[in-house]
Amino acid sequence: MATETAVDVVMPQMGVSVSEGTITKWLKQEGEQVEADESLLEISTDKVDTEVPSPASGTLTQILVQEGETVEVGTKLAQIGGAPAGNGQAQPAPPEPATAPAAAEAEAASGAEGETPTAAQVEEARPAEPEPEPGPTPVAPAETAPAGDGATDGKSFVSPVVARIASEHGVDPGQVQGTGRGGRVTKKDILTFIEQGAPAAAPAAPEAPAAPAPPPAEAPAAPPPPKPVAPAPQPVAAEPGEQMEPMTAMRRGIAEHMRRSLDTSAHVTSAIEVDMSKVVAIRKKLKKEYEAAYGVNPTYLSFVARATVETLREYPWINGEIRGEQIVTRNYVNLGFAVELADGKGLIVPVLKHAEGLNLLGVARGVADIAQRARDKKLTPDEVQGGTFTITNPGGYGTFHGTPVISQPQAAILGTYAVVKRPWVIQDDRGEDVIAIRPIMNLTLTYDHRLVDGALAGRFLRDLREKLQTSDESAY
Amino acid sequence: MSEKTYLQAISDGLREEMRRDKRVFVIGEDVGVYGGAFKVTLGFQEEFGAWRVIDAPLSETAIVGGCTGAAIMGMRPVAEMQFADFISCAWDQLVTVAAKQRWRAGTPVPITIRLPSGGGFSGGPFHSQNPESSFAHIPGLKVICPATPEDAKGLLASAIQDPNPCLYFEHKHLYRRIKAEVPDERYETPFGKARVHQAGDDLSVITWGAMVYTAEEAAQQLDGDGVSVEILDLRTLVPWDKQAVLESVRKTSKVLVLHEDTHTGGFGGEIAATIAEEAFEDLDAPVKRITAPDTPVPFSPPLEKAFIPQVEDVVAGLRDLSEY
Repeated sequence: MATETAVDVVMPQMGVSVSEGTITKWLKQEGEQVEADESLLEISTDKVDTEVPSPASGTLTQILVQEGETVEVGTKLAQIGGAPAGNGQAQPAPPEPATAPAAAEAEAASGAEGETPTAAQVEEARPAEPEPEPGPTPVAPAETAPAGDGATDGKSFVSPVVARIASEHGVDPGQVQGTGRGGRVTKKDILTFIEQGAPAAAPAAPEAPAAPAPPPAEAPAAPPPPKPVAPAPQPVAAEPGEQMEPMTAMRRGIAEHMRRSLDTSAHVTSAIEVDMSKVVAIRKKLKKEYEAAYGVNPTYLSFVARATVETLREYPWINGEIRGEQIVTRNYVNLGFAVELADGKGLIVPVLKHAEGLNLLGVARGVADIAQRARDKKLTPDEVQGGTFTITNPGGYGTFHGTPVISQPQAAILGTYAVVKRPWVIQDDRGEDVIAIRPIMNLTLTYDHRLVDGALAGRFLRDLREKLQTSDESAY
Repeated sequence: MSEKTYLQAISDGLREEMRRDKRVFVIGEDVGVYGGAFKVTLGFQEEFGAWRVIDAPLSETAIVGGCTGAAIMGMRPVAEMQFADFISCAWDQLVTVAAKQRWRAGTPVPITIRLPSGGGFSGGPFHSQNPESSFAHIPGLKVICPATPEDAKGLLASAIQDPNPCLYFEHKHLYRRIKAEVPDERYETPFGKARVHQAGDDLSVITWGAMVYTAEEAAQQLDGDGVSVEILDLRTLVPWDKQAVLESVRKTSKVLVLHEDTHTGGFGGEIAATIAEEAFEDLDAPVKRITAPDTPVPFSPPLEKAFIPQVEDVVAGLRDLSEY
């Protein structure tokens, strides 16, 4: 009899509006034979009280929900046929002698009409049942799941809005105490968590963030321990003379990205000096023409960008990426440009897609366009993604060197600096060394040493310099 | 302003339109001498005469077909279906001819069809339906479902002025049960603008028609739990105010779509799908629907109660969402 296939008895849907029902009485007990459509149990919902017919003929092998309990529609109430444990063979049919008293007791209790039998009573009276551990008994997992789920196993469902807020704020939902069903983190939970000064995600453990401001109380505790300290709340009020302002989402994003980049790539910077005489001359000539004809200013940056794209063609790894265990190279260059926002409170890196297909005019126009729209906050999300190499240009303020941070997951970033007139040793017509006044620009290449070796970076910079120093107008 | 029942507001609105525009006429079964099955047009024939308040034969096809022809010739007919359910007889005239005439030939068809709809009084399967979703699916028709006396008057004026065939679903259960202030002057309530019946922060109920009041009562029961419910009354399904719905979703992240129409293919499905498409990343719980089940409307009072979403059903749904 235990070989018949198991059929589940579930709490029926008594009309759409009914979501749960209470078992008022089992009309059959475990081990008893039942016919299809024979009344098996009585339930009570907020709409109707009714008998539930058996969905199949067979032995009532297992009762999972006891009288008096209220469960949601669709909950498995019992099993007809099959083995009691729900899988093939584990246990034989429940020992009849054991269940009989239970049945008797249950019936007696309900017959007494008092409080109806408590689930405990019935449970206790079922000696065969207490340790159904061996197999996937339908009840066991259901019961252990809520118990063990806390926030620990990280398995609880993250809703779309919680996922979005978490990523916007760089928060790990696993750190948030959930108040939703089964400990789920709700939107309110995560918003409250952030409001109360969420520790900025897990990687914030090391020295950097801990150092800047926080209360002296915590600093001493910090030195050796690696990371469990990080989540300690730091929502401390401002000290006298200090002012606090909330971080914008952009600032949080920058903070997270910078930290992550330094944690990911092995940053090394090489620098080279470039004699920009030729570029200056060409630019002087083209500027009038471009401005008159196209309203576009051919900036030094666009010359450098144009030459960089050309040079990258021979250095695919510098335009590449480490993706897992693979090295990615591509036959195009999506060139990112670091753009400072007008209010000085942020930085965005719009991307000039397929820069390899643009001449100097195209690059100049493209850079001007995305930079303007970046400042006007009119970029589309698509325009700040997909970069393969980035140029940052802090030279506008006269700086002559820097070590920028790579925009992940790219392999390198080029820094361009101020063009400065400097005394420069050159050879005159007769091959004699003389000092000339030349416009010099420093370029730095900060690269991920995991992928790009120093020699490769050096050759790249050399070739780039060569292009800028020797190319004539037609090259742009 | 004066306090009026929902029915009075419809009646007054219609009378006002007939007084100001001679192109407007009324046609339907028993709308003239008898004043309409629900007395919306009581006294109309005395005031406007038998040529503007026409008692039609028992033929919805003839009523809608005649209105369509009259509209093409420049009139502004207002037809009454005695019960919304009967409009199925006129399906061909409405869906094949009226809805497509402008697309096909360029001539507008400014007809308004009044459709006493909804259940709650044991009218059984032929006198209780809410067939709005069937027509919301037909391009070329507008679908209007007022919930308040003020909207009933304003939306009727807009429907009569609109150059398209407009289906005006007036809920019978609201006729004499709902009373509220209605402006005395003439006004038009625009289509496609939802009304915030009550503002709230934690849960959104998107609904229309009589269910607005069911939602309101349910929301009151959740007040005690400190759960604040926003109720959005769509007012019109075609066009429907997607922006208002999405805004509410962005605010609360938990949504219950509630309607008295049956489940499968109900307009709630369209709303739920749109939310999933356009506000997925704002959801903190699955979009929930509470609707009538997929059966005809039962006669038996207890069964009809089980059929039409009740306050306690909505309370349970809201609690479930709140606890999610």
